[in-house]
Amino acid sequence: MLRYIARRVLLLIPVLMIVAVVAFIITNVIPGDPVRLMLGDFATEAEIAAMEQKLGFDQPFHIRFFTWLSNIIRGDLGDSLFLQMPVTKAIFGRLEPTILLAIIGQLIGILIGVPLGVLAAVKHRTAIDQSAIVLALAGISVPSFWLAIMLMMLFAVNLGWFPTSGYRPVAQVGLGVIRYLILPGVSLGVMQSALLARMTRSAMLDVLKQDYIRTARAKGLNENIIISRHALKNAMIPIITVLGFSMAALLGGTWIIETVYNIPGTGALAITAILRRDYPIIQGSMIFIALVYVVVNLVVDICYALINPRVKYR
Amino acid sequence: MRQKIKLNERIKNIHPYMLVGGLLVLLVILAAVLAPVLSIHDPLTMTPRNRLQPPSAQHLLGTDEFGRDVLSRMLYGARISVQIGLTVVVITVISGTIVGMLAGYYKGLDNIVMRFLDGLMAFPEIIIAITLAAVWGAGMTNIIFAMSFAYFPRMARVVRGSVLASRDLEYVEAARAIGARNTYIMTRHILPNCLSPILVQATFCFATAILAEAALSYLGVGIKEPAPSWGGMISQGRDFMAVAPWLVNVPGIAIILAVLGLNLLGDGIRDYLDPRLQD
Repeated sequence: MLRYIARRVLLLIPVLMIVAVVAFIITNVIPGDPVRLMLGDFATEAEIAAMEQKLGFDQPFHIRFFTWLSNIIRGDLGDSLFLQMPVTKAIFGRLEPTILLAIIGQLIGILIGVPLGVLAAVKHRTAIDQSAIVLALAGISVPSFWLAIMLMMLFAVNLGWFPTSGYRPVAQVGLGVIRYLILPGVSLGVMQSALLARMTRSAMLDVLKQDYIRTARAKGLNENIIISRHALKNAMIPIITVLGFSMAALLGGTWIIETVYNIPGTGALAITAILRRDYPIIQGSMIFIALVYVVVNLVVDICYALINPRVKYR
Repeated sequence: MRQKIKLNERIKNIHPYMLVGGLLVLLVILAAVLAPVLSIHDPLTMTPRNRLQPPSAQHLLGTDEFGRDVLSRMLYGARISVQIGLTVVVITVISGTIVGMLAGYYKGLDNIVMRFLDGLMAFPEIIIAITLAAVWGAGMTNIIFAMSFAYFPRMARVVRGSVLASRDLEYVEAARAIGARNTYIMTRHILPNCLSPILVQATFCFATAILAEAALSYLGVGIKEPAPSWGGMISQGRDFMAVAPWLVNVPGIAIILAVLGLNLLGDGIRDYLDPRLQD
């Protein structure tokens, strides 16, 4: 098992290298002169030259890339152009709301999605099943930012149950932080729950067809026990895999939802950076999000091996 | 006679989702095509005197803060969404098919291409689209290419998967044995086998592209004002939500119906083409 984990961790290195290459290319393949674009029409030639030197744009492409790469390997993502601080510090300073938001979004997704999927599978081909399918389809069809505005209007502005937007750190309000994150969490979680419900339903349908379920029924076992102990446990394996993959959608969603709710997290940092072309922050945010995604999927793979004895630690 | 029975069978197999989804998609495409005919008012003309009017006989879906007709803007918004969505689908299908086909067919290429795609797929698609659109600058062409770049890895993966499944089948081997060239085998023997997953994926890609365009325009890196894009309309209407909820609701519902239609259609097509997937 330890060897399996070590091997998987080592395999991360080439993936992260590619991630770095992609992040660099995406933020550097810019038509026209990036520095001129960044500083606007009123910049003087001297200002442009100074900024070019600061960003290294006076160097050829490949030199720039290798300097940048050797820096990020040492954990140096450069300095923000606007915030007067290193990119890593800017991102770390804003981790708390993003992490909490992602956890709440994922939890809401699981708490709604898995039971809905199980219910649909158990009541296969009934009105309940059909409504669950349509509900899940509707869930992946709603733009999260629109849902966010709707929830804000209803529960914050009209009913006054939650603050309309903003955020207070845990250090100040303790558990009260949840009040700031429920609505954004639901906005993120709906898409997540819809994906999970679809996956859970089809995984459960697969499992419910198996012989051992028939055996369990034949020996007169309680249907609830069959579903929870025999079926769901085995259906969890594909569900957990989807949980890992859908993390990408969730992390992408934080960029949008944090902007809608004015939550000072890493997503809002990235969007602000994008709107004012703060390239080091944009690159750093991309690397950060890919890193989280890759690590989450590594953890999922390891869990997968732990839960499912059939996975060989090759 | 047998033909007729077969046809009846086929029609019977059409999933209700496909029907409902198809109708919704048709509605959106019709709105897009007929926008200039259907809209009574110009989507860009501002009449400050008429600002924030609730729905009335004159303006069926009300007016926005500049007195522009919301119905016309929604119809023209459909035009932008469909135009962008379709172009992204075409580019994604072509590039994804070529890359996926080559990766699946040539074993030597597979590892390199797939590792690169894995790297790309470690980024959420929406983030690649947002970043590229922002770096390249807003505008329709740029966001089309930004989104195509974000969505083609998934298409390439789907195509590669189905190429791998049919590459070693007997009839492909037979074609190889009689000396058919690789390009011939790929286009004539393997590609037809990949068409149904490509079609299904293309439908979902269309749906995702509409959602992504809306998100991009909402964030201000997509289609710029005064052009009427659904995402942009929501972003602008947000400030007037309390007094003029239709400004956010109309484009929001339009997006939901379009995307829901495409998702239903995609699910329906998938079940129809591959009955094994039907539970």
